[in-house]
Amino acid sequence: MSQEILLKVENLVKYFPIMKGAFIRKQVGAVHAVDGVSFEIYKGETLGLVGESGCGKSTTGRAILQLHRPTSGSVIFEGRDLVKTKGEELRLMRRKMQMIFQDPYASLNPRMTVGEIIGEPVLVHGIMDRKASEKRVEELLSLVGLNPAYANRYPHEFSGGQRQRVGVARALALNPSLIVCDEPISALDVSIQAQVVNLLEDLQKQLGLTYLFIAHDLSMVRHISNRVAVMYLGSMVELATRDDVYYHPLHPYTQALLSAVPIPDPIAEEKRQRQILKGEIPSPINPPSGCRFRTRCPHATDICAEKRPEWREVTPGHFVACHLV
Amino acid sequence: MAELLQVQGLETQFRTREGIVHAVNGVSFNLKEGETLGIVGESGCGKSVTVMSMLRLIPNPPGRVVAGTAMYQGKDLLKVSNEEMRHIRGAQISMIFQDPMTSFNPVLTIGRQVSEPLETHLGMPRKQAYDRVAEMLSLVGIPNAKDRLNDYPHQFSGGMRQRVMIAMSLTCSPQILIADEPTTALDVTIQAQIVDLVKQLRDQLGMSMIWITHDLGIVAGLAERVNVMYAGYIIETAPVKTLYGDPRHPYTLGLLGSLPRVDETDRRRLVSIEGLPPVLYEKPQVCPFAPRCSHRVERCLKENPPLTQVGPEHFAACWVDTTTGREWQ
Repeated sequence: MSQEILLKVENLVKYFPIMKGAFIRKQVGAVHAVDGVSFEIYKGETLGLVGESGCGKSTTGRAILQLHRPTSGSVIFEGRDLVKTKGEELRLMRRKMQMIFQDPYASLNPRMTVGEIIGEPVLVHGIMDRKASEKRVEELLSLVGLNPAYANRYPHEFSGGQRQRVGVARALALNPSLIVCDEPISALDVSIQAQVVNLLEDLQKQLGLTYLFIAHDLSMVRHISNRVAVMYLGSMVELATRDDVYYHPLHPYTQALLSAVPIPDPIAEEKRQRQILKGEIPSPINPPSGCRFRTRCPHATDICAEKRPEWREVTPGHFVACHLV
Repeated sequence: MAELLQVQGLETQFRTREGIVHAVNGVSFNLKEGETLGIVGESGCGKSVTVMSMLRLIPNPPGRVVAGTAMYQGKDLLKVSNEEMRHIRGAQISMIFQDPMTSFNPVLTIGRQVSEPLETHLGMPRKQAYDRVAEMLSLVGIPNAKDRLNDYPHQFSGGMRQRVMIAMSLTCSPQILIADEPTTALDVTIQAQIVDLVKQLRDQLGMSMIWITHDLGIVAGLAERVNVMYAGYIIETAPVKTLYGDPRHPYTLGLLGSLPRVDETDRRRLVSIEGLPPVLYEKPQVCPFAPRCSHRVERCLKENPPLTQVGPEHFAACWVDTTTGREWQ
């Protein structure tokens, strides 16, 4: 892993407007999905992005790829700000950043053969003609561990794990440097999850890929990531190397999240002191003032309600947003 | 501890357009008084169908319980009249379902739904039932329970709805509580809240419990004994510490190896079980796990191994002694 920065996200904001009215549409509010997130992704690393549902982790991933245009902020990829690029220029940049989606049942067109799905990116981008693309499809299928003879089959003929391999092959078709994996394994059974994760790891070694790995499964994120970022209600609360996050979590939310994960070991479970958070995640339409986490935080004080905690580097490479750290 | 529930040779089939699916293929287990039993397995292994069959909740058609007995209080649950079964279900054996979003009736208030078991089973007048429901709701940690009785399910969040479901299942103080993946739809911090709540209530009320899940992590901290299911069979059963510390069936070994742990120190390659679980259009005649198994010997492709004792209270269905890698003599 190098220290060369591949992607730099600065103060990324994405609000979704809430509209009301039948004829005269008026904006009455906004869902604060992502609210000022900054981080970097190094070349060749896997950055894990974790958080509970609705925390904005998927929106962050999509905003990076400009699948949702950010409300403000910048996403600098290979020296260019993607937020400001559009049209043909953005299309060309898209070759280098691809996505693997969560649901392998919904993300593949049921009327296209697997070969057409995987071959489409190279055809759309005009990189290869049909003949060459067929060759490429075969290559990609064997790369992800599927029989190249399957190119003429349709998605419904495959199991969930195999479909996810097809999704991976499609993402690899254009030789991207960055892949955003949006919960790529959460729809799969446990024994199949390991197959897909091992595949992603092998491909990274082989092709030098960089991953943004979005997931809610903290054990899996620990397994695959070099660095881990934790999000809560649209803000990033902590970002550090994997071991720092899991051994020395500084933010109270990270601590609670880690203690909530069950360990498949009855002896370890017996000894564990579990810290159980009270309450639920507030609505992102009307997030709490100051620190987003203060309503559930066991250590919250007055300042937490008044001021939003600054995103700062407490030790080299360990970022946290909390007044009390 | 006395045996509270004894299930013997349970078999359930579903008629589908493609043929008969053999979902459960002869499952036997006991539940002791005050015990928590975990049933784990991947989707389609028959873990939910097992308990649904026992409670006669399998829609017929397409489903049919073709064999087996489930003895509870000297009666076979599969043979008692529908009337009698209704008295047992909800009052003595109750269930929490997986999806708190779809298991409530959206057009009835929470008070109406949660009080229903009290009114039906105990014949409690509505007013009194509502008071009791308010008590139950505060017991499961719903703030201002009294004021929320007239709210509808959509006015509760997922975690809160699961709490309501728990309250509903406990209104008649059942002897056995069956939880079918009750936390799968919830976030991890909410999951921790719910698991903690159920544990507390279980100890407080002295219930026996069956907890069905695909998450080996949850069961580790909750159950006393665990059944691992695969292809409609129990393939291993043991006290919880034995199962995690000394798993014997290759499938259990693979399952535990494929799980990364949040407290893991070094990065190892995950054990992956190649291949897929079988689709059960025929009742397996050979070991159903054999095609995916790394310990496979010739016998596995000829005969289906029965559950055999491998240690104290520890049974596994495998022809191979996985500690030595050789066939049992």
